[in-house]
Formats: sequence, C-alpha cells, structure tokens
Amino acid sequence: MAAVTARAPKSMFDSGLPGWIYRRLFSSPSNALITILLVWLALMTVPAAFDWLVISSVFDAEGTRACRAIDNGACWALILEKHRLILFGLYPYDQQWRPSIVVGLFLVLIGVSCSRRFWNLSLVPIWIVGIVAIAGLMWGGVLGLTFVPNERWGGLPLTLILSVFGMAFAFPLAILLALGRRSDLPIIKTICVTYIELIRGVPLISLLFMASVMFPLFLPEGMSIDKLLRAQIAIIMFAAAYQAEVIRGGLQAISKGQYEAAEALGLGYWQKTGFVILPQALRIVIPPMVNSLIALFKDTSLVVIIGLYDLMNAAKASFVDPAWRGASLEAYVFIGAIYFLFCFFMSKYSQALEAGFARAEKR
Amino acid sequence: MAGQPMIEMTNVNKWYGDFHVLTDINLKVEKGERIVICGPSGSGKSTMIRCINRLEEHQSGSIVVDGVELANDVKKIEAIRRDVGMVFQHFNLFPHLTVMENLTLAPIWVRKTPKAEAEANAMKYLERVRIPEQAQKYPGQLSGGQQQRVAIARALCMNPKVMLFDEPTSALDPEMVKEVLDVMVTLAQEGGVTMLCVTHEMGFARSVANRVLFMDRGQIVEENTPEEFFHNPQNARTKLFLSQILAH
Ligand SMILES: Nc1ncnc2c1ncn2[C@@H]1O[C@H](COP(=O)(O)OP(=O)(O)OP(=O)(O)O)[C@@H](O)[C@H]1O
Ligand SMILES: [Mg+2]
Repeated sequence: MAAVTARAPKSMFDSGLPGWIYRRLFSSPSNALITILLVWLALMTVPAAFDWLVISSVFDAEGTRACRAIDNGACWALILEKHRLILFGLYPYDQQWRPSIVVGLFLVLIGVSCSRRFWNLSLVPIWIVGIVAIAGLMWGGVLGLTFVPNERWGGLPLTLILSVFGMAFAFPLAILLALGRRSDLPIIKTICVTYIELIRGVPLISLLFMASVMFPLFLPEGMSIDKLLRAQIAIIMFAAAYQAEVIRGGLQAISKGQYEAAEALGLGYWQKTGFVILPQALRIVIPPMVNSLIALFKDTSLVVIIGLYDLMNAAKASFVDPAWRGASLEAYVFIGAIYFLFCFFMSKYSQALEAGFARAEKR
Repeated sequence: MAGQPMIEMTNVNKWYGDFHVLTDINLKVEKGERIVICGPSGSGKSTMIRCINRLEEHQSGSIVVDGVELANDVKKIEAIRRDVGMVFQHFNLFPHLTVMENLTLAPIWVRKTPKAEAEANAMKYLERVRIPEQAQKYPGQLSGGQQQRVAIARALCMNPKVMLFDEPTSALDPEMVKEVLDVMVTLAQEGGVTMLCVTHEMGFARSVANRVLFMDRGQIVEENTPEEFFHNPQNARTKLFLSQILAH
C-alpha cells in the first residue's frame, strides 16, 4: 500500500563495480583520502618488493658469482645452497633424514593435539610415544642409528623441540599454578604467587643466561645437566608463569554460581575443577593464550645467546661463509616465512576453535 | 514412625564481619516435610538454607542433616551434599555441557553410576519435568523456564533426600513461572523428598507447604501452618509483610 516507496533514480553509482568501489572506498572525504594514501603506499612498496623478491632475483646461480653481479634482487641461490644448514643446523649431513622425520612427527603431534576428538587421556600415551620417537630419532644410538650428541642438533627441529615441548609442559604446570594462586591454603598460594611474580619479573633472555651459566654453579661437583635441557627447563618455567596468569584471568571470569552448583551436587575439588570450572575458563582464554603461545614460539629464538643452533642461529650461520656475505636478508626472509607459517596456523586455529565452541553451544 | 528429624538446626549463628546475618536459628524439619520460607529481602533466607549444604559456613550452633553433623570435615560435607539437592535462582546450569551431560555428571562421578544407567535415569527425570526432547541441547539454547526445570531434574538425578530451592521462580519471566511451579507441586505431591523452599509464591505455599516460616533480620519470627499463617498472622512484621506482598 502506502508503504511502497518510489525507488531513488538509478545512477551509475548504484550497482556493479563502480557502485562497489564508490561505497567501499570513496564514500566520504576521509575515506577517499585514506584510500588514496593506501594506494600510493602500495605503489611505492609492492612493485619494488616484487622486483626484489621475484623479477631481479637469482634462483640458480652457479656458485656465488651471479649473486654478486646483481645488486637489487634477492639471492635465492643462498637458500637453494644452504637450506639444509638452515633447516637442520650442524646435524650430520647424511643423517638429516632423521630430523626431517622429526619435523613430520611434530606436525602429527600438533595436529592430533589440536583435534577435539583427542581431548582426553589418550593424549598422554600419544605424547609419550611421540617424545620417545623424537628422542630416539634425534639422538640415535638405538636400532642401528648412529649417535648424534645434542650439541649438533639445530634448525627447525630444535626450534620445534624448544617451543612445542615448552608449550606442552608449561600448560599443565600453568594450570596448577593458576589454581594454586587461588587456593585457600596460604602455603600453596604463597608458593605460586612467589613463583609467578619472580619468573615474570625477569626477561626470558636472562633466565636462559642464568640457566646456562649460573645454574651449573649451584649443582654439586661432577653433576651436570645438559645445556639444551637447561634451556628447555628455562623456557617451560617462563611460559608456565605467563600462561598461569592468563588462565587465572579465565578462572576469575567464572561466576560463583558455577562453583556453587558443582559443590551442591557433591563434586569434589578436582571433579569440580576438571569438569566444570577449567573447561569454561580455558575456553574464555583461548585468544590471550594463543597470543602468548605465539610470543613464546618466537621467543625461543633467544636461545641464540647461549649458543644453541635453533632456526634463527642456523640462518645466521648460513651467511657467515664469505662467499655468501651480504645475503643475510634472504636468509631472514626465509626463516621469517617459516615462523610466519607456524604463527599464522596458531592464529587461524584459535579462531576456528572459538567459532566451533560458539556454534555448538548457542543456537 | 517418628525417627530422627531430617534437618535439625540448633542455635545457629552466623556473622559477615560485624553483621549478624543469622541469630539463634532453631529449626527441626521432619522427613518428607515441605517448608516454605519467606521474608523481606536481606532477612537471611538464602543464607539459612545455604548453611544446610555448607555453601555458607555457620559460626556457632549445630546443624545436623540426616544424622550427620556439619563440621569442617570435607568428606562429611561432600556426603551431605550428595543427599541434598539445590535449585538456584539463576539456574547455574553448566553452559559448556549438554542438558544430558548436566544431568549425568554428578551421578556418574559422585555416585559412580554406570553411564547408561545414569542416562536412562536422567531421561526419566527429563520426562518428569516435561522436556525430554531437549536432552541434547545446550542450556544456552533453552528458555529460562526450561533451564530451571533442567536444574530441578539435575538435582533430582542424585536421588536427594532433601531439596533446597532458593527463589526458583524469581528470575523468570511471568509466563514461565507456572511451568516451573507445576513441576515443583508435582514433586511435592509425590512426597518422599523433604523440601525447603524460599519463595514468595503464596499460592504454592498454600497448596503444598506443611509449614510456612517467616524470617526477618536473621531470625525466624513466625512459623505456622499455611492456613494460620495467611489468615491469622501473629507477628506485627508478618502482618506488614503479608499486606505488602498480597497487595499486588
Ligand atoms: N558474602 C556476604 N558478605 C557480606 N554480607 C552478605 C554476604 N552475603 C549476604 N550478605 C548480607 O546478608 C544478608 C542476608 O542475605 P541473604 O542473601 O541471606 O538474604 P535473603 O533473605 O536471601 O534476601 P533476598 O530476598 O534479597 O534474596 C543481607 O543483608 C546481605 O547483604
Ligand atoms: Mg536470597
């Protein structure tokens, strides 16, 4: 009836591509200005980057001469030549199939742990088998594999060992610390608060340094803990303190009513915590937790200072060779891409997880 | 046969700091009795019934539930909680679990009932509260009235000897109050379960209560049969309260 209003006269801005461009990019003077600025920025950077990365780059140089000849292109020949050094560090060249399998095992372990179907006690045996297999492959000395001391481990497997085991072991420790910090028992509470505040107050780099240099001084004569293990423990302790605070935030968000309902049903402390409180608290903290896991993943590169050949240090080693001097940017871009892939996966995974929970519970 | 009372509170006192919330509460509830507790806001009704399953701790006096005295013994407290169901004003369902999981969690882990049996039992109670078709949904997908009925079923799944209700209908939209009250009336009429219910639903009190308690400033100031309580209140404060609550 009267509700039928006349359509505004059609103009070229109403529909189609011009309409879309107008509405999305130039709908107001400030939007137009931002659009122009961004286009200008893109014009300044993208072609130059593309030129360096692709057009002027040298992929296949016999030796280093072709790379020397160019001055405005990437020397990917470095990566072709040195990728195994970057990926596996100083691991014996003919044995590098072993760390390759280890990387694959890590991907499987991560994949399984990320799948909600496995979120039960079956993860414990899966991880034990995974850790034993990884240790067996890396060290060798069993099943006819030659022994490789962990001073020679390096590259991506080492980064994965430090970060994935760091996260995996820090997580349960963090849960206990977060629960302990909210405990009614003064001793437990004091221990947890002291631990968290102490560790959080110190940069990871100095923790690593302490673990590497000072820790052995406290050990009895003749006893020594391996450098890698010390770094691993330092990373776990550091990550646990941060994760504990993140998890505590989630615990605080759970209403008193949830605790009371669980208690009124006769659930004991661990049942209440395990079935009612933690599942909800952890769900809430997925975004900040993934945020700190991403930070931890990149922070493992700090083991450079105690001389471990993780991905970062191995990349550095790839261009100390005088023949390749000057190709540092290429090496950093390469490992940057690897770091990015892992971090991007973590970020996407956390989004998918949140969306999955939201879909299941509300509709 | 008049055995020991189900609940016996003797000279119970409780303070929040300097504030005396419960003053010399004496209450004896027989097995199968149905008691309605009313009184002005802040008079200590919730605090009193929450002392019965130790959600609140009393500072002096004694509370004996089914022959077990409440003290600082975690095992005894958990034993009492197993037999005392509670329904809250804001339902307090577990939002990350389905209705079925909400109902079977405690029977499986506290009572150690086999899962299949717990689920069959849960289905029976869902039918009693008239929402068997919602078993696989999450609480967030249900209406308030449905959630409260799930909460009642959840408490019943533990086969409690006592049911505590803390204003079970006061957070509900008016059109949903009746569906919850109907479930509670049915439960009362079936008998067997001792019920303590904090509510201002006077119709409910009239039809099912054996006794009505009136609380004010942390004391039980009047206690009578519903008939006497509504038609012949003794205490001045009760009269005032009733005139306010029945006026609208
Ligand atoms: N944790 C607490 N700390 C301090 N005071 C409290 C606490 N809980 C309750 N109170 C006080 O104790 C008194 C009794 O509270 P209670 O919840 O038992 O009242 P109520 O009779 O249930 O009231 P309502 O009808 O509003 O639910 C109130 O004055 C309240 O402010
Ligand atoms: Mg109350």
